[in-house]
Amino acid sequence: MTALAAPPTAPEKGDPPQTPPPGRRIGKGGAGRTMKGGWLSYLILGFALLISAFPFYWTIVAASRSNADMAKVPPSLLPGPNLIKNFEQVLEEADIGKALLNSLIVSGSITIGTVLCCTLAGFAFAKLKFKGRNALLTLTIGTMMIPPQLGVIPLFMLIAELQWVNQLQAVILPGLVSAFGVFFMRQYLVQSLPDELIEAARVDGASTARIFWSIVIPIARPGMAVLGMLTFMTAWNDFFWPIIALSSQEPTVQVALRQLGGGYVNDQSVIMAGTLLGTLPVLLVFGLLGRQIVGGIMQGAVKG
Amino acid sequence: MSLTATAKAGPRSPAGTGPGPDDGRAAALRRTWRKASPYAYIAPFFTLFLAFGLFPLVYTAFVSLYRVELQTSGEMEWRGIANYTALFTDEYFWTSLRNTFTIGVLSTVPQLAMALGLAHLLNYKLRGRTFIRTAILLPYATSVAAATLVFAQLFGKDFGLINYAIGLVGFDPVDWQTGTVASQIAVSSIVVWRWTGYNALIYLAGMQSIPHELYEAAEMDGASRWRQFVHVTLPGLRPTIVFTVIISTIGATQLFGEPLLFEGSISGGISHQYQTLGLYMYEQGWGFFHLGRAAAIAWVMFVLIVVLVGVNALIARRRARKEAGR
Repeated sequence: MTALAAPPTAPEKGDPPQTPPPGRRIGKGGAGRTMKGGWLSYLILGFALLISAFPFYWTIVAASRSNADMAKVPPSLLPGPNLIKNFEQVLEEADIGKALLNSLIVSGSITIGTVLCCTLAGFAFAKLKFKGRNALLTLTIGTMMIPPQLGVIPLFMLIAELQWVNQLQAVILPGLVSAFGVFFMRQYLVQSLPDELIEAARVDGASTARIFWSIVIPIARPGMAVLGMLTFMTAWNDFFWPIIALSSQEPTVQVALRQLGGGYVNDQSVIMAGTLLGTLPVLLVFGLLGRQIVGGIMQGAVKG
Repeated sequence: MSLTATAKAGPRSPAGTGPGPDDGRAAALRRTWRKASPYAYIAPFFTLFLAFGLFPLVYTAFVSLYRVELQTSGEMEWRGIANYTALFTDEYFWTSLRNTFTIGVLSTVPQLAMALGLAHLLNYKLRGRTFIRTAILLPYATSVAAATLVFAQLFGKDFGLINYAIGLVGFDPVDWQTGTVASQIAVSSIVVWRWTGYNALIYLAGMQSIPHELYEAAEMDGASRWRQFVHVTLPGLRPTIVFTVIISTIGATQLFGEPLLFEGSISGGISHQYQTLGLYMYEQGWGFFHLGRAAAIAWVMFVLIVVLVGVNALIARRRARKEAGR
């Protein structure tokens, strides 16, 4: 199990500023390897990017055509004129509008709650001394790798007992549990919060609560932001538990997409229009904060 | 006096007022609070963790010994190991176990191999590397549901783009839905698409922590790029590789959304040809309403994950020891 506790934590060294300065001489300066990439590297990477991006492009193409176009040989590879019409139809048939709103509520609450809980607990594990600290931390990290999917049956029975089936809190509350988040915030604070700072505040008579608000939170903010972005994406894309706890009456985007794919709608281009609508918000977040997400993952994020 | 004392001992006591000589009671209170207060910080997390994380996991083993039906989930009837024997005599259990394994191999091996190659390229000095890194992670931002719906469309038998491309090269169209091997390749390709970029970035982070001097020394010795990759990069990357193998193994064991949405059937195709354990569990629990039996499947998956992770860790440790003994 020792291997589990050692995710890659290498900081991203020598990352260039937002965009690489155009006049920079290649092969000089910066950390990392000095070897330049040859044309073959660019070719292979270009091909990889093409494969990464193609399904997105294809979604747009398919979502903007008609069902008849989709059955044409040869297939049309350029976007068509029906995007708005397909959007309207999918909003009507699959209630994607409500699903988008629900997903926003669910992912937003999970993100805020998780970041808060994990920062509190991460701070305690990183800087406070208390009995049972190591045992509790080991318990948290030990369960980090166990897929929550394995606990869905008792969880469902619990939710049914509370009569929460088909209500958003059934997805929000379990979504707040993030052992990874606690571990992540603890690592972050161990590295970036000097003990002397806390000692100095203590000497000045500050209580732990005051230290938390005035010292820990400002220092933890970048880490909280990274955790928040990762949590939001995970919560938005969560599939297994929402399709069990919710239904088409109160869907999240993923539940609605499941309905779309389940054969209730036969029009391929309408299905793709729904897929596009459900993916746009995450793509937007990713477009704005992609660089930070890349950094967060390289600092040792863990799969879903 | 007592008012100020509690105020000072409370969590919101003002900063800058050191303990005076004569408020011993306040100091004592404060000491008690300081001992107890750390628990207040972990309480929110652990309350939720116990109720919605740990309890369900542990209770799964208990539920798996009972007969529990979906509609009447409050009533539990003792069955002993009957859920497990029913499981082990169901041929679809073995089918889904086998499928989980083959799809796991089909998705994990190419995914990690390609990720390693891409990370190696990303580690060169490149123009626009921030852009490349972000773009390569794009599939990771997509949900299972969205990705699977698009791929199901691309893999369509009659009008899918992939069969069209295959036809252009001069081959017959492939039935990506009914063929066992073909459908498993199709389902695996969704996993590969979503996770290769993510793993490439993890490997890249690992590569960047390998000391630069090792490469300089290798270059001095006249080692080619390939030999540097084999003799410097790979050994330095071993802990990262073990980490990704374990993570991917866990992910493969619980694979669910891709096979569910590929055709929208909970039995994983017409003859269960790509039904995974995760999907089999869902079918038993929410298709046939046997929650007790679904819990037994969950428990089997848990044991499977523990065994697989254990084997991985053992192999990694043995190899590391062998390496050190050389």
